[in-house]
Amino acid sequence: MSTDLDQVRALADRKYEYGFVTDIESEFAPKGLNEDIVRFISAKKNEPEWLLEWRLRAYRAWLTQADPQEWAKVHYPPIDYQDAYYYAAPKQKDGPKSLADVDPKLLETYEKLGVPLFERARLAGVAVDAVFDSVSVATTYKGKLEEMGIIFTSMSEAVQKHPDLVRQYLGSVVPYADNYFATLNSAVFTDGSFVYIPPGVRCPMELSTYFRINEAKTGQFERTLIIADKGSYVSYLEGCTAPMRDENQLHAAVVELVALDNAEIKYSTVQNWYPGDENGKGGIYNFVTKRGACRGKASRISWTQVETGSAITWKYPSCILQGEDSVGEFFSVAITNNYQQADTGTKMIHIGKNSRSRIVSKGISAGHANNTYRGLVRFNPKAANARNHTQCDSLLIGDRCGAHTSPYIESRNASAEVEHEATTSRISEDQLFYAMQRGLSQEEAVALIVNGFCREVLQNLPMEFAVEAQKLLAISLEGSVG
Amino acid sequence: MSGMLLEIEGLHAEIDGKEILKGIDLRLPQGEVHAVMGPNGSGKSTLAYVLSGRDGYVVTAGRVLYQGRDLLALKTEQRACEGVFLAFQYPVEIPGVTGVTFLKTAVNAVRRYHGKGELDAMQFMKLARAKAKELGVPEEMLKRAVNTGFSGGEKKRYDALQAALLDPRLMILDETDSGLDVDALRMVAEGVERMRGPQRSMLVITHYQRILDYIRPDRVHVLVDGRIVDSGDRRLALELEKSGYASYQGKAA
Repeated sequence: MSTDLDQVRALADRKYEYGFVTDIESEFAPKGLNEDIVRFISAKKNEPEWLLEWRLRAYRAWLTQADPQEWAKVHYPPIDYQDAYYYAAPKQKDGPKSLADVDPKLLETYEKLGVPLFERARLAGVAVDAVFDSVSVATTYKGKLEEMGIIFTSMSEAVQKHPDLVRQYLGSVVPYADNYFATLNSAVFTDGSFVYIPPGVRCPMELSTYFRINEAKTGQFERTLIIADKGSYVSYLEGCTAPMRDENQLHAAVVELVALDNAEIKYSTVQNWYPGDENGKGGIYNFVTKRGACRGKASRISWTQVETGSAITWKYPSCILQGEDSVGEFFSVAITNNYQQADTGTKMIHIGKNSRSRIVSKGISAGHANNTYRGLVRFNPKAANARNHTQCDSLLIGDRCGAHTSPYIESRNASAEVEHEATTSRISEDQLFYAMQRGLSQEEAVALIVNGFCREVLQNLPMEFAVEAQKLLAISLEGSVG
Repeated sequence: MSGMLLEIEGLHAEIDGKEILKGIDLRLPQGEVHAVMGPNGSGKSTLAYVLSGRDGYVVTAGRVLYQGRDLLALKTEQRACEGVFLAFQYPVEIPGVTGVTFLKTAVNAVRRYHGKGELDAMQFMKLARAKAKELGVPEEMLKRAVNTGFSGGEKKRYDALQAALLDPRLMILDETDSGLDVDALRMVAEGVERMRGPQRSMLVITHYQRILDYIRPDRVHVLVDGRIVDSGDRRLALELEKSGYASYQGKAA
């Protein structure tokens, strides 16, 4: 790990001297959204005709769709889609020029996270992101992965180099007109990751967006597509952090996973987008569609998410369990403080016989925040002997926050079995006093209790991610008690 | 210093506006074990909570000197770090947090407070294993979530293990005997008795005399209606066992 970081740091430092800032500045699309912008993006990316058509179909569908705010328990003023850039707007125009210009509070947070200095600069939105050419970092591993036939590349590059695979699978899990934000994404997505694991191959390392920072920053509309061919395995990590800005920013990503026979995909997210300040000003609207298709027999998809950031989170990583004996899992920690809102959960759609799913959701609310679990478990008529187990726990800190649970269960097969357990509790004064009487500060005590509450989920994360997630939980809740 | 670890003078305290402690005077010398006995509702647990700094307990008059310093000016966790340890009447469950994590965090918080380096996982485990063995606490208990699903006896032994790890100067045992059968009581009391030493004082708060068969107090104080109404040596406890608190209750009222 430290060698990786050293390599990354060395690269970053070296490239800094060359300063790529000007290159990026030229990559502007005019403000606003219309068919010309969609064409502009597609042309910039040198995309084939079919993809442009696909984008345009999505754009036209989007014009007819409605914002989902009416059913989700989230509230925000109408978004002006014409007042935004849809292509690679560089940040350095308004952003801080150096670390010295960045809010010390933010730097303090990164300090606590143990994020290396160059990383802090990047995370704070300082104009050094161009120097961190993630593609070349990825190439360090690319050789090794390529030998095994694994494709791990940006979506733009995949469109150029592997058009058949992209065309076969893009939109096959989340159709271009799936929902308001996914449709918008289909029209204007700028980049994202593409992963293909060939039959029988076990990907030897965790693939991560950590190494592809430039691309992640180019747009708020990433599109990720991961295909695990028969008998293969891959674990993918996604980390999110965002610069602190006063205005709300929309992040509408789409992630599609496809697992063929006996394949397994683990997808882990630690989401720490900027949540807005203590008064609810600013922050990211994280309106994301994530869905996996367990297309093959005995295929398996596991979502693990730790959602600590964003002003508003609206996402439901789901599994479509088509294959017989397929397994879908969803492990989630969603934490909201101050004025954050989270409406998150999952959908498990059982189609194949003997398909099984498991949902473990832990919601934590503090301050004035609202946290909603929304889940759907559906058994289609052919899903004989399918099983689901759902456990849904909410923890409240203070008396001005809310926890809400909306589980939907639809069974059209009499042999299906579903279990749902739910609890709501508070951090008790007894627990806090007990821990503090042993020498822990109140914040340490809260962090410890919350980590205990989330343990079942955190232990599904890869080691390093778990450590980061634990620290994040502690930071997110600072000042939430007393 | 006078050799007094704890000096309580004219202590008045209330909770939710109701006065519970109505002028407590108590002096606990270094290395001594004192028992505080009293009937239900006399203010025994309140005394324990006021000394350890629990939220919601408001001191309205009096003072408490601990090692010659104003104890009431310290925050809960500072008191803990200064060596005040409360053995709980009902130890609290913390689901999902293993004993190792909890105790390592606590031990390191105390070390940090005293400007000592923190123990890493290996060093801590070595220490914890040694103490667990000493007290006959199965090591497996450290891996379980704090107090979660423990029997009454297990919880108390676990508290004793915590005390052994944190090495306090002042141990306050708040009705440690409640909910224990005779065997468990003996085992816990023996663990406590082993911790007795010239550098450590104890305040054993109890309703019943029976724990004092195992933890022999140097002095016994009788707490009735928020005041110490009598003090004496061990014989006082035995008398109380026979005659009960009735005669004092008349006096206090």
